[in-house]
Amino acid sequence: MRLALLASILVAITCAIAGTFVVLRGLAFVGDALSHGVLPGIATALIFGVSGIIGAAVGAVVMMSGVNLITRRYKLSGDTAIGLLFVGMLALGVMITSRSSNFEEDLDHILFGETLSVKPNDLLWQSLALVIVLLTGIFARRPFLLMSVDEGLARTSGFNVTLFQNLMLAIVGLTVIASFQTVGTLLVLGMLIAPAATGVLFARRISSMMIIASMIGCIASYAGLLISFHFELAASASIVLVAVSIFAIGAIATEIKRNRNSLQDEMPHQHEHNHAH
Amino acid sequence: MPTKTISASHLSIGFGRHTVVAEIELTTSPGALVVLIGTNGSGKSTFLKTLAGMLAPISGQVTILGDEPGKSPRRVAYLPQHPISSHTLPLRARDVVAMGRFAHLGLFGRETAEDRKISQSSLELTGAIEFADKPLRDLSSGQQQRTHLAQVLTRQAEILLLDEPTAGLDINGRKLVADLIASERARGVTVVMATHELQDADNANTVMLLAQRVVSIGPPDVALRDEYLRECFGFTQPH
Repeated sequence: MRLALLASILVAITCAIAGTFVVLRGLAFVGDALSHGVLPGIATALIFGVSGIIGAAVGAVVMMSGVNLITRRYKLSGDTAIGLLFVGMLALGVMITSRSSNFEEDLDHILFGETLSVKPNDLLWQSLALVIVLLTGIFARRPFLLMSVDEGLARTSGFNVTLFQNLMLAIVGLTVIASFQTVGTLLVLGMLIAPAATGVLFARRISSMMIIASMIGCIASYAGLLISFHFELAASASIVLVAVSIFAIGAIATEIKRNRNSLQDEMPHQHEHNHAH
Repeated sequence: MPTKTISASHLSIGFGRHTVVAEIELTTSPGALVVLIGTNGSGKSTFLKTLAGMLAPISGQVTILGDEPGKSPRRVAYLPQHPISSHTLPLRARDVVAMGRFAHLGLFGRETAEDRKISQSSLELTGAIEFADKPLRDLSSGQQQRTHLAQVLTRQAEILLLDEPTAGLDINGRKLVADLIASERARGVTVVMATHELQDADNANTVMLLAQRVVSIGPPDVALRDEYLRECFGFTQPH
């Protein structure tokens, strides 16, 4: 349980940093595609007894290379290319997994993770991924920020937009690879999006958005594991559901605050109006 | 400072193989104001993007400060038409303005007191100081436009490429833009501005009337003659 909590917290912080850029750049669909694109790689690795991380890395590279090839060579839009490869890779992954003797169990583990079966070695990989994602975020903060406002601004400020776009995708891919064992390829997207989206509601700066997202991810991990333990529910699904619920509560709270503020803005005018009569 | 800041000869611009405007001829000197006027899709933004190095020229020659477009990010500043891709960005107006120094700081440069002073001065010049600490998403479109203008000034560039800088601004805002352009020109900055408004051309050295081709080019009294305006817009301005 302690290892599961540690792994979930590492995943939460890594996803918060990468997720901040995913939300700001509107890359949720790319993140979704990457999380499914790694499926055939992991399935093949499991069949041949190779580390799932290596399989996931190969799957992510094939996925993003395919998207690049389709958009450039055939002039199709990015979302069409992603959509094509997304379902293609998912189908391939399920086909490969169906050759396994433990088809349902293997597919279940890949899609929904094995939070409670995390080993110390997995923590090492996850820590390494967190350090790489954090350092990349610090190194490329200026072009990433400019690209979030306007690609043209980044380009005319002297930054190579293609290079930094690929770097951003690489850290999203690395986050998916490092997280799939804990929360699964299907639910990792929830950890990428939900805490960062909640951060957007409350933050006034990108750095505070990352801190809020990290805190929400950690709270969701702790609360999700507790719920899973006490009510015998799936651990990864519980974590992600708590994260999404926190977003829902945050969204309602900001809506109430906004309505209250606009009401207060209207009050003095009404007061003046009454006096005039 | 070179005598020619922008030089375009037999320049064809567009996207990929699709030409939008062909045979553009333009030479500017420091302190010049070039105003591009035309309807939507006439080629104004395409020309500015070509000068900014975001679109490759289809044919012909173009140089900016003696170099290829896009090769001098510290010396050329560009204001996109609708700079905010997402109004949900958790950024204060002050942070957006400070981003104007990124071209000078690169990846690793440390922000100095001088950088902060330049940002502060731009906030004050544009009046954006009043809402500097407010999140960008809570600002009106006019306030957002002032913020982006302040960011462009923070670049301290020698050439300003402004795509509809007066969009979303009220009369006071439009006067502010005119004053800012005048003060930038006074320190030798070349300004190329795209606009829909004929009065923006009042103080220009050169006006280029575009309609997917160069309808006319020259000083305002020449380029904005009735026959050219009729050809471009289908009407003339009241005398």
